[in-house]
Amino acid sequence: MSIDVTTDLQHTVEDAAAHLYVWALKDIPQDLRDALAAARERETSVPGKRVLETIHRNINVADSEKNLVCQDTGVAVYHVRVGEHFPLHPTRIYEGLRDGTARATIEHPLRSNAVHTITRENTGPNIGHRLPIVHWEFVADWDGLDVKCVPKGSGSENMSFLKMCVPADGVKGIKQFVLESIVGAGGKPCPPGIVGVGIGGSADYAMYLAKEAIMRPIGTRNADPVVAQLEDELYGLLNETGIGPMGLGGDVTVLQCHIEHADTHMTLNPVAVNYQCWAARRASAHIGPDGSVDYDREF
Amino acid sequence: MAVHEVTFPITDEREILKLRAGDEVVVQGHIIGIRDRTQVRIFDQGVEPPMDLRGAFLLHTAPGVRKLAEGRYEKVCIGTTTSARMVRFTEPLGTQYGVRAICGKGGFPDEAIEPMQRLGMVYFAIVGGAAALETTQIEEIEEVAWEELMPECLWKFRVKDFGPLTVGIDAHGNSLYHDVQARAQEKLKELYARL
Repeated sequence: MSIDVTTDLQHTVEDAAAHLYVWALKDIPQDLRDALAAARERETSVPGKRVLETIHRNINVADSEKNLVCQDTGVAVYHVRVGEHFPLHPTRIYEGLRDGTARATIEHPLRSNAVHTITRENTGPNIGHRLPIVHWEFVADWDGLDVKCVPKGSGSENMSFLKMCVPADGVKGIKQFVLESIVGAGGKPCPPGIVGVGIGGSADYAMYLAKEAIMRPIGTRNADPVVAQLEDELYGLLNETGIGPMGLGGDVTVLQCHIEHADTHMTLNPVAVNYQCWAARRASAHIGPDGSVDYDREF
Repeated sequence: MAVHEVTFPITDEREILKLRAGDEVVVQGHIIGIRDRTQVRIFDQGVEPPMDLRGAFLLHTAPGVRKLAEGRYEKVCIGTTTSARMVRFTEPLGTQYGVRAICGKGGFPDEAIEPMQRLGMVYFAIVGGAAALETTQIEEIEEVAWEELMPECLWKFRVKDFGPLTVGIDAHGNSLYHDVQARAQEKLKELYARL
């Protein structure tokens, strides 16, 4: 591989990241718009309807004013699928994502949220030590690259919960923990949003999987039918809690519940909950090995 | 549930007392932007705020702004942050400075109910994340103090038709958050029994 191809592809990744970050912040995806519209139809409480009507107006204003949907530009999280034959090494893909994030922040300009976790000093234009955050997936027999940008707001990220259930707690223990977490969170994570649940693996991996769950298109189902059934069941149960839009009481507490799982140790039963607010921002692009970019290919 | 229009800062306490949890409110006049570090400076570091907060409406925010000149800013994107982190400042804001309304997202825990009732204060719930709309309702950034805390400065905004807000906690001891949580805890018992 020539150095030129590497440099050009890295620039392509940088351009794509810069575009995706701003695009995600301004133009929320159609599946989310549909889910919010359905919620608005379904809600019966007066404060709940008021909230969903205001959300609807806000999305329209963001469209017409070309402004951000929410002021919290979040932590830039990327989900990246790298084909085995994609001609740019992941180290360079990361540099492209980082540089694109910084460029978008400076050029727009976007509010920069990144701080040193101890000193709380700003570390740069939404970049820093281990920021942005990237979830990697590697795909055999493929030469493409998929990049999804999910700016993750802090109001919902602060409502993250982990419990090391014991195996004897079973699925019932998992359901109870998800329910008590979302009721306890109340209005703080800006409901109704997407509840991401990670089950199995290890403590850290369960939370990682919960984050992957909130990044999926709304209402998609886990490929494992047993897990998909649990998604359906939890979605129904969560909407019976009455927490409602912005925690003011109502029928719609969550737009969806997504679960990602991993097999685990016979002694473990970890459950992680990661919440994504109603402004579940997400934008993706497919990059070909020749540097072509397709912004209309969701994954 | 009634719909009210209230102009801040208020001079007549009855403006606050007529509001009931669940009511809809649209705000006119001037509101003050404030956040964690602003209040830490006032109460933990004992620095007097260089703005009059009597009868004021405080908004939990850290606005996205563009600097025009010394002390002059224009809005870019102004939204509201989670209030619960700042609940401990409720009572001193009321007793020491005469603040009458606090607006944020996600609500205050129950410890805010008693001081709000005693001091004639209300908590307004805004729709978190609806910053694009909120920005259009802020006409102008009229003043800013403590710029070194950017963006957690003390801001004075002139607003028009700011809202709709929902009275989350009123000055009569009622909290929607308390009621919703109490009902949800009862419901959880029923749901657990079905699992």
